[in-house]
Amino acid sequence: MSDHALRITGLNAFYGAAQALFDLDLEVPKGSVTVLLGRNGAGKSTTLKAIMGLVDIGAGSVRVDGEEVTGWPAYQVNRAGVGYVPEERRVFAGLSVDENLLVGTRVDGRVTRSWTVERVFDLFPPLAGLRDRLAGQLSGGEQQMLTIARTLMGNPDIILLDEPSEGLAPVIVQQIAATVKTLSAEGLTVLLSEQNVRFATHVADRAAVIERGRVLVSGPMAEIAADEQVRDAYLTP
Amino acid sequence: MSFIVAQAITGLASAASLFLIAVGLSIVFGVTRVVNFAHGSLYMLGAYIAFSLVSVMGDSFLGYLLALLIAAVAVGLIGAVIETALLRRIYKAPELFQLLATFGVVLIVQDLTRSVWGPDDLFAPRMPGLDGAVDILGHAIPSYDLFLIGVSVGVLGGLWLLFQKTRFGVLLRAATEDRQMVAALGIDQRWLFTAAFVLGSALAGLGGALQLPRQAASLSMDLNIIVDAFVVVVVGGMGSIVGAFVAAVLISLLLAFGLVIFPQITLVLIFLVMAVTLVLKPSGLFGKPEFATAEDVRNPDPPLRPSDRLARIGWLGLLGVGLIAPLLFSDFGVVILTEIAILALFAASLHFLIWGGGLITFGHAAYFGLGAYGAGLAVFHLSAGMAPALLLAPLAGALGALVFGWFCVRLTGIYMAMLTLAFAQIAWSAAFQWIDFTGGDNGILGVWPSAWASDPTTFYYLAFVVCAAMIWALRHVMFAPFGYTLRATRDSALRAASIGVDVTRHRWLAFTLAGAAAGVSGGFFAFAKGSVFPEVLFVSTSVDGLVMVLLGGLQSLAGPILGAIVFTEIETELTRLTDLWQLALGVLIVVLVVALPRGLAGLSSLFTRRTLP
Repeated sequence: MSDHALRITGLNAFYGAAQALFDLDLEVPKGSVTVLLGRNGAGKSTTLKAIMGLVDIGAGSVRVDGEEVTGWPAYQVNRAGVGYVPEERRVFAGLSVDENLLVGTRVDGRVTRSWTVERVFDLFPPLAGLRDRLAGQLSGGEQQMLTIARTLMGNPDIILLDEPSEGLAPVIVQQIAATVKTLSAEGLTVLLSEQNVRFATHVADRAAVIERGRVLVSGPMAEIAADEQVRDAYLTP
Repeated sequence: MSFIVAQAITGLASAASLFLIAVGLSIVFGVTRVVNFAHGSLYMLGAYIAFSLVSVMGDSFLGYLLALLIAAVAVGLIGAVIETALLRRIYKAPELFQLLATFGVVLIVQDLTRSVWGPDDLFAPRMPGLDGAVDILGHAIPSYDLFLIGVSVGVLGGLWLLFQKTRFGVLLRAATEDRQMVAALGIDQRWLFTAAFVLGSALAGLGGALQLPRQAASLSMDLNIIVDAFVVVVVGGMGSIVGAFVAAVLISLLLAFGLVIFPQITLVLIFLVMAVTLVLKPSGLFGKPEFATAEDVRNPDPPLRPSDRLARIGWLGLLGVGLIAPLLFSDFGVVILTEIAILALFAASLHFLIWGGGLITFGHAAYFGLGAYGAGLAVFHLSAGMAPALLLAPLAGALGALVFGWFCVRLTGIYMAMLTLAFAQIAWSAAFQWIDFTGGDNGILGVWPSAWASDPTTFYYLAFVVCAAMIWALRHVMFAPFGYTLRATRDSALRAASIGVDVTRHRWLAFTLAGAAAGVSGGFFAFAKGSVFPEVLFVSTSVDGLVMVLLGGLQSLAGPILGAIVFTEIETELTRLTDLWQLALGVLIVVLVVALPRGLAGLSSLFTRRTLP
């Protein structure tokens, strides 16, 4: 057990020969909603992928609840309690809503916070009427709900959300923000990357600013938001 | 009318096995993204294993049926061994390496099957209870044909249920769309891949077993069926079950009626269906187009540098060795040297396409063989001398590449590999079947050099000088603006196109140029051997070329030459030492792909940072 749901130290990540993360350090306290801020290409998405084991890792370590998961394949990181909601949603377009949820469902009997199909439909009522619809035919907002729902079916302790507000209508963004707060209230630890500063300041209690593959500054959201230099450079919409 | 029905039923019965093997290939590809060349070998094993079982327990209908099912299960288990022992290690390798490794398995299975069951065709008894015929509209239709149609529809239904109604099926479909996401959701892919491969293998085994009462088990089953299966899968769409079914039916019906109407050109018909489908809908009738994602952008190769001093000394040394060598060897040695020079050009032309253009071809033998046949036919039909015949060789190779290439360069990756292979096999069967023109299996004999070049050493110098000049020319093209542009299209077709490069035309030209160079080497090959046989066009010749290229290492221009030297040496020694040379070659290929993916030249860079030019 550890106070930190996630602890990253000295992480270096690569896409082939190109290095994307440089000695990155990040701590995500249990129960927090932590947001990664930074420009396009700064390394936010890469950080989330590196946690999942989806990019090549050189040196460094990733610990989930104190357990070393560096170098584990993605499915084992997931089973260690990390849920991943990728950028651009990546629903299984040729599968129905129900089938998408089935892929995310855990069958090895891990029941810490038992999410069921009924509960995720309570969380996302619009999906309930679309159970047999192919995911590829859903709207962007519905697809975003589906990817989150699909990940919840695996009962994660930590959920990684990559740019959850990207490309969505404002009213949907509000719904997603409300969802993040609900999940946090349920006891989930949330780590998200975001370019939408209003969304970020609204949902997050902690923030880390990433630039060129390194964490520049991190701390409580209020402090980060109060730092004029950071605000001017990274938080101005 | 009744004739049409009868012919249609015969066609549908043939479609059954074709569907079973194609759907297995398609499922495996959908999930693992590996095109399993050895899928035809699994089909063949199904037939052989079923033969052994039937001879023990095939006296009753049920016993026979059980024998066929056990054969399918056994092949599924063999598939499990192949997947866990080999495929697992190469899932991340480039497509070419995967194809080659699974071709290694083809060779291994060939020789093992020959050792166990012998070289002769094995005829099984008919299936008890289904050995009669049914009268349909006045035609006697074998009842086993109807049984086969029933089985294929049953398997289609069973697969539909599996994929739509079970969790396993849903996972397979999800993995076909986005493997990475499936892994991120906590699914252990290794298990999923093995399961998909076992399923596909068992289907291939069942397909082979079911053929047994209609057709003898023979050692040529594997490559014959795999080419048909490639055509079916490409026409139907990779990864699509319904597509495999529709295309298998379409092609089998076409063959059944084509045989009656134009018996000579059934192959051309099949090829036309495939070519038209691919041009109109490159991903096949039911396939989904593949989009390049950020993860797909290949790691750029190290840039090609002009030779530095050391490299120049290396090239000159090679040239010098080539010039002095014949003085040091007997006549037999000079013959081997000649072969090395010729094959070095063949390998260099293949390397030019694969490394320079990023074009994955599995049918380069077509242009080598067309060159050989161009020269041979000129001697045979026109009584041409050596010089004009040798001039015809590159023209034949280039013309073939111009026509076939027009289709091939429109595709990429695995689709291109399969289409190039299909074209080469069509050229092979044309040479094989068009007996009046090509001599068929008997080949063309008496293709000897002119009197002035009949001495082995003189002929060696002729071949050496021409081939060395051609290799130098190919290398020169690599450094010319055309070569730069070609390499740009290889590194990113999209980016090249967006700066105004006509990607398709550049690839087409490169394909034609490589075809001409392969034609030259084929022409010399004909005169070196004194004869031309259909084997020069066969897939094994293409694979020999690929092995040379990989043996030498892809990322070096000297690689193909090194590869040709080492390969010819190994082949000469192996055929002298053992009857199981296919087995040995297969093992060599597998080891090469798994353990030494950068080739011998790559091995040298382990010791020194400087790679050969």
